[in-house]
Amino acid sequence: MTTPTTSPRRFWVYIEQEEGSIHPVSWELLGVARRLASEIQDELATTGGTAVVEGILIGHEVESLAEQAIQYGADQVYVLDDPVFKNYRNKPYYSSLAYLVRKYQPEVFLIGATTLGRDLAGAVATNLGTGLTADCTQLQMGEVKGVSHKLLLATRPAFGGNVIATIVCRNHTPQMATVRPRVFSLPEIVAGAQGKVVRLSAEEMPPMISATVNAEIVKIIRNEASKVKIEYADILVSGGRGLGGPAGFKLLEELANELGGVVASSRACVDAGWISYDHQVGQTGKTVRPRLYIAAGISGAIQHKVGMQDSDFIVAINRDPHAPIFDIATVGIVGDLNDVIPAMIAEIRAQKKGSSH
Amino acid sequence: MFHAIVGIKQVPDTTNIRIDPETNNLIRQGVPTILNPYDAHAVAAAVEWKRKLGGKVTVITMGPPAAVTALRECIEMGADRGVLISARQFSGADTLATSYVLAETIRAIHEQEPVSLVFFGKQAIDGDTAQVGPGVSVRLDLPLVTYAVKIHEVNLADGYAVTERKTERWNELLKTPLPALLTCEKDIADIPYASLPDLIHSLTYEPEVWTAEAPVLFATEQIGIKGSPTTVFKVTSPERHARGEMIKTVEVGVENAVKLALQKAVAAGVANYTGGVRV
Repeated sequence: MTTPTTSPRRFWVYIEQEEGSIHPVSWELLGVARRLASEIQDELATTGGTAVVEGILIGHEVESLAEQAIQYGADQVYVLDDPVFKNYRNKPYYSSLAYLVRKYQPEVFLIGATTLGRDLAGAVATNLGTGLTADCTQLQMGEVKGVSHKLLLATRPAFGGNVIATIVCRNHTPQMATVRPRVFSLPEIVAGAQGKVVRLSAEEMPPMISATVNAEIVKIIRNEASKVKIEYADILVSGGRGLGGPAGFKLLEELANELGGVVASSRACVDAGWISYDHQVGQTGKTVRPRLYIAAGISGAIQHKVGMQDSDFIVAINRDPHAPIFDIATVGIVGDLNDVIPAMIAEIRAQKKGSSH
Repeated sequence: MFHAIVGIKQVPDTTNIRIDPETNNLIRQGVPTILNPYDAHAVAAAVEWKRKLGGKVTVITMGPPAAVTALRECIEMGADRGVLISARQFSGADTLATSYVLAETIRAIHEQEPVSLVFFGKQAIDGDTAQVGPGVSVRLDLPLVTYAVKIHEVNLADGYAVTERKTERWNELLKTPLPALLTCEKDIADIPYASLPDLIHSLTYEPEVWTAEAPVLFATEQIGIKGSPTTVFKVTSPERHARGEMIKTVEVGVENAVKLALQKAVAAGVANYTGGVRV
């Protein structure tokens, strides 16, 4: 293999981990980065040089996770492992990342739009004085008039999903973007994939902030509610204002149990206090793409639809035949959910009984 | 003395925004503007702690002249001072340019009256970026607490605050030195009913208007379009999906409707009768 004369064009992905477990959005983004790198191959054919996909992994005792990133498509993984990074805190993480960006000059930098990723990305981009596009739903390397090389075309919904805007960052690098979990699918694992792990030293970073200065984590409160992970469920049974009250979710839970699914919600029910925020689908909640999404009593405001329209199969149940949810439903049932849901539960039970004979 | 600054934004009520299918321009005409809902809760939290500790709440916004309405709404909620930063040169600002203007404004106010806490809503509902708060914290080198749901303690004498933030995995109690910057969830405080004195005050209150030159001279290369690394390349309407099959229970009966829908889901391989999908 010949050594390229110019430094490679780097596509970076932040590998998000907490307590040693990687957020799967990191793998989804490695898949995206791999595709983006392939989209500039035509340019590289004339300019020469290479494109590489690289992961950045920060934490304490996390080095063993780097191999997974290689299996999901990283050519190289930078690992910054130090006790100061044991728990995520904004300043030590963003200042180290900004330092690494200045050192290695990536062209594109992707971060998951999780609570951690959003906290981090805005700080990194501001420190670097570069552009950051949040919650992208499409990413592509494309030609832009007046620019000699392809740029990251970052597409995202704006104004509550009523508008789709494509954003470019012409004169600054890295071109940064955050992407919500489940917007892109998980890439295939390549067993035995070869890649390089680069160990970085914390001493090399800007002066480290000790575990107590700036922000000290006094306590971590774990609760059952935050274990709900609707974004990775295969089947969601989701309720809206049409449920009429918190008791409606009991009925949905029964159906979800029969189907092996999880209960989700529109924003209206969360605002009304019928169910916790962890269940909320939509612009201000989670993006989901289950195989089956049952929408019961959800009218289908654009803010809800942007969060679930990529579901494989959507069954909408609503009394109002003009409810916008029917515009995106695979099957729409016009009727009262208080009749339809119990009938569904009964039908599934009957089918299960029948098939067990 | 407790002094809070709250950064707010007047936003179009996004439920009413549409795009002109011919021109691809936003139809803003007749769309009402509101105080960004998360910001309203941030103001409420600042006022709550002012009432506990004694002190002052200053509300700032960058926006068009009409944004004084949003500032007055905050005065009505109990804020004491409103500053509108408004000039033609600011238009076209992305989150980086916006965080510059707000950070420099906070710095200037801090020099007049030292600040204990800076509040923002967790995000604005028009852009939903959640980037301005973290950006301001970096520019001013303030400890950042995003997704704040509760303020447990503000200790002015020893100069620290204990706040609770909600992440996807758990809630964290953070102890940070003052001043610190919070971006707030709605849980941070309930919106209070306006008191009569605050209501009367808001009716006649005229917020201060700061320009690009005074009292702060903003660097021209850091504001508006010039200070914004990102630009809009293209704007379109969301894709229209093909409408699926409609089954009416009044026509076929509830049981048949349910059977039909479930059969289709099973045929498509997205559900089965063994209790879920196996991938």
